[in-house]
Amino acid sequence: MSKLQGLLFALATLVLVVAATLLFTRDWLPPLVSDRAAIDNAIWVSLLVTGVVFIATNLLLAWFGFRYQDADGAKASYWHDNPKLEWSWTLATAVVMLAFLFNSLSLWADIHGEAPEDAMLVEVTGQQFRWVVRYPGPDGAFGRTDATLVDVNAENYIGLDETDPAAGDDVMRINELHLVEDHPVRVQLRSTDVIHSFFLPDFRVKQDAMPGLTVETWFVPTEAGEYEIACAEHCGLGHYRMRGFVHVVSAQEHARALAE
Amino acid sequence: MAESAATAHDAHAHEQSFISKYVFSMDHKVIGVQYYVTAMLMAVIAGLLAMMIRLQVAFPAGDFSLLGSILPAGYSSGVMNPEFYAMLFTMHGTIMVFFVLSTAPVSGFGNLLIPLQVGARDMAFPFLNMLSYWTFLPGCAVILASFFVESGAAAAGWTAYPPLSALKNAVPGSGMGQTLWIVGMTFFIASFTMGGLNFLTTILNMRTKGLSMMRMPLTLWAMFLVAILGLLSFPALVAGCILLLFDRHLGTSFYLPSGLIMTNVPLVDASGASLTSGGSPLLWQHLFWFLGHPEVYILMLPALGFTSDLISCFSRRPIFGHKSMVGAMVAISGLSFIVWGHHMFQSGMSPYLSMAFVVGTMLIAVPSAVKVFNWLATLWRARIQFRTPMLWAMGVVSLFISGGLSGIWLGQSAVDIPLHDTYFVVAHFHLIMAGAALFGVFGATAFWFPKMFGRTMNESLGKVHFWLTFLAYYGTFFPMHYIGIAGHMRRIYDPTQYGFLQHLQGFNHFITYSALILGASQIVFFVNFFWSAFKGPKASPNPWNATGLEWTTPSPPGHGNWPGEIPEVHRWPYDYSPPDAEADFVMQTDPAPVGERARSAPA
Amino acid sequence: MPSAELVTDAPSRGGRLPPAEAGYPGGGDGGGGLIGDPARFGLWLFLATLSMLFVGLTSAYLVRRESGDWLPLRPPGVLWVNTAILLASSVTLEAARRRLAAWDLSGTRRFLGGTGLLGAGFVAGQALAWRELVDRGFYLASNPHNSFFYVLTGLHVLHLVSGLIWYCAVHYRLRRLAIAPGDDGLRLFATYWHFLGGLWLYLLLLLFVI
Repeated sequence: MSKLQGLLFALATLVLVVAATLLFTRDWLPPLVSDRAAIDNAIWVSLLVTGVVFIATNLLLAWFGFRYQDADGAKASYWHDNPKLEWSWTLATAVVMLAFLFNSLSLWADIHGEAPEDAMLVEVTGQQFRWVVRYPGPDGAFGRTDATLVDVNAENYIGLDETDPAAGDDVMRINELHLVEDHPVRVQLRSTDVIHSFFLPDFRVKQDAMPGLTVETWFVPTEAGEYEIACAEHCGLGHYRMRGFVHVVSAQEHARALAE
Repeated sequence: MAESAATAHDAHAHEQSFISKYVFSMDHKVIGVQYYVTAMLMAVIAGLLAMMIRLQVAFPAGDFSLLGSILPAGYSSGVMNPEFYAMLFTMHGTIMVFFVLSTAPVSGFGNLLIPLQVGARDMAFPFLNMLSYWTFLPGCAVILASFFVESGAAAAGWTAYPPLSALKNAVPGSGMGQTLWIVGMTFFIASFTMGGLNFLTTILNMRTKGLSMMRMPLTLWAMFLVAILGLLSFPALVAGCILLLFDRHLGTSFYLPSGLIMTNVPLVDASGASLTSGGSPLLWQHLFWFLGHPEVYILMLPALGFTSDLISCFSRRPIFGHKSMVGAMVAISGLSFIVWGHHMFQSGMSPYLSMAFVVGTMLIAVPSAVKVFNWLATLWRARIQFRTPMLWAMGVVSLFISGGLSGIWLGQSAVDIPLHDTYFVVAHFHLIMAGAALFGVFGATAFWFPKMFGRTMNESLGKVHFWLTFLAYYGTFFPMHYIGIAGHMRRIYDPTQYGFLQHLQGFNHFITYSALILGASQIVFFVNFFWSAFKGPKASPNPWNATGLEWTTPSPPGHGNWPGEIPEVHRWPYDYSPPDAEADFVMQTDPAPVGERARSAPA
Repeated sequence: MPSAELVTDAPSRGGRLPPAEAGYPGGGDGGGGLIGDPARFGLWLFLATLSMLFVGLTSAYLVRRESGDWLPLRPPGVLWVNTAILLASSVTLEAARRRLAAWDLSGTRRFLGGTGLLGAGFVAGQALAWRELVDRGFYLASNPHNSFFYVLTGLHVLHLVSGLIWYCAVHYRLRRLAIAPGDDGLRLFATYWHFLGGLWLYLLLLLFVI
């Protein structure tokens, strides 16, 4: 019987393995500009472990598929059980998965842990189709909002209640987030219509903005520069154009801008 | 009186009208083919939707006037409308997940094979079976009809998250289209439930003498587990849909919080009180994914069952670790009920709850890995014959490895942060779920075609189809890992809007070209399928020298499946190349004391 | 007894296949017949599915109850009457089964008729209960507790109506004497009917007690 198919399958698998490995070793992640290096490390570890398994299992698949093709006089082995072998690979897999489990739980706990005391506070409200960024101002408190107070002409998209004393110093921007290098920031995410997702690819930050909830996430920008905000949860026909910008400036820059 | 009725029945050929034989048939084989062919048609439609999605993503600035002239509702001056894009990915997902990949492997092959593999004349409830197909078909019609309503088809994603799906003006398509989506899904779920009742009752109650549970082929185990999964998980989506209907049409607030502002207009009544209050969109997500996760295993388990049986047959070797294979499928099924929250890690639900879901998600990798190791061990020292079904089975193993491993990335909730809702996820589920299911269906088709139509499919065309599909499939979905890691979001009408995505458009082009080749390659399959069904070489009862009970029937089996008595089963279905037998296989019905029968105590 | 006609030709009209061909008792070291009557097994599977629907709604209810806008709902008085009516309908149904076992056909019909009547009474009573709530100003959308009340009782009554349709079919079969002596022809219907009664008690518990 022709051995062509087995050969083809083995070759195709080899091509897959080589191409996949070569491509996976490139830098796909945008350069990291936050304190969430642990996520990048976890990605590299995942790549390494799953990569080894990927290469090994595919090589076996390719080899066995090619080597054990039917030939004249060949007889297949009837052996179909080896409890010791099976327990070994089951336990080995379980151990690896448990290692992943514990690592990921502790990483998750870190990310969702308490923000530092000196973190600056900012509120981001996702709407169809913009990000309304609000700073609490020197009083550190956000003014009350009420949906009935929305006033498009005054660019009051979130219904800020001007009569609330805390609202006086609130500063609002559309699609522009200004952060300070090395200064932790707590972002309080809200939505006034549908679910959006606040995605900062360079910072490894992503958090859904859920109507009815205020969800907080915090991080530390570590490098000055200009970065993008994207929406990562389908929110309607303008989902693709919910683009915003993050401006990270150094502490001196920030101080100078405040003084002005 | 009963006797003479029986004799009279015997005396003349049982006349059935065309309508009761082929249309409102109660014969499981006909029903299976009905489901299969309908699923195929739905697949063509959903596949065309995917082609349009890919054209848009790769060429957002392209001129699609030609498509625009065929689909004026979706295009304006050669440019696709963004809401149409949303309808495309919504309906592609909905149709593929439910109306194609839950249907062809489960309702199609389940109906065809279960009575043949358990040794029964038909399913336990043949009338209910007929009803189930005729409930499914209107569901298809309703879902497709939703494209033609004024505000268009549902456009909130196949996941239909509220408030987007609950508020009629949140997106075009959340009008009548979303309602029809719910109605179509209700028909589908009713049909699937009827099927599940039939599957379980038949498998538990109608196995022929000697067919214990552990002597069932893994295909049968898969159908058994899928039926349980469906019966227990679909009701959650029904509950969710009922509440969604109420929110949409009767003013309730199950999913809708207060203080909503739609297009700068607050949702309040005349007195300024919020029209919605206190609801939670997270509630929908919990209900949806409680179904949603077992659902993806409903798609995948039959393919895993097929693959084991195909690999065993074409390697001329027993499946390695049969008990573990059963155990692995049972474990996967059980665990599938406690991992649904991994779709919601970034949703705003309690981080502690997320941690709980990471546990099950990491654990479910263990039985999955066991299956891969056992398949590899089955190939060792085998005598592999690479006929078309075997190629597909090997393809399933390959895709299962590729798609399964990326699941380990996503299951780590923190790693999920940059990857959630990107093309990395799209790669993951298209490789493992869609790919495994699709390849499983193709393999099963090539293998069991003789029992469907009494003929064999063309080998050369089959191989050409496999290679084109296999290469194009990887070409389409594997590169999505990379662009996903780079941050490319999913469900994005125009990625070129973002600076950080610009450099990835080359990959989008490559993916789209691969997808077009993938789509076009299916023509080979349709030609092969329909030509062979009518003109293919007639098949013997057991053209593959396989061991299962279905291969003791004629090809195709007649009414009642076995012309005489139903055979008894004397061994498991994996006696390939037992050392003490002359032939390289011993059928399940063979009482001779060789192979498994020789190893175990005499019955 | 079910006719033992050759199954080869049977166009598989709904339901039962004769034991000999269906892998019943001759199980030996394998084979089916574990479950006995396939129709009853199928019904229990369906009841499991139906239960899961209400489990889903229960969890939605419990979660939603945590939101601040939840207001208690005073059950309309007619609900207790309806409960009594529904329980009574189960009692008459059991009585009908007993009469059937004794092959007292007229007695069976009487008690069965009672079940049908009481069932219809329940449905009417539920409509009255809704009417009373609306009159009191407790609309579907005004409060989540209300919303759940209408959804849960509505779903329950929908299934009860399907039960009434089944009742008509059973009643018809009884009149046509399509049930043989010794057959517990009411068993399947009774299982469904009692389940709905039990479900009702559960819903009362969920909505007003827990």
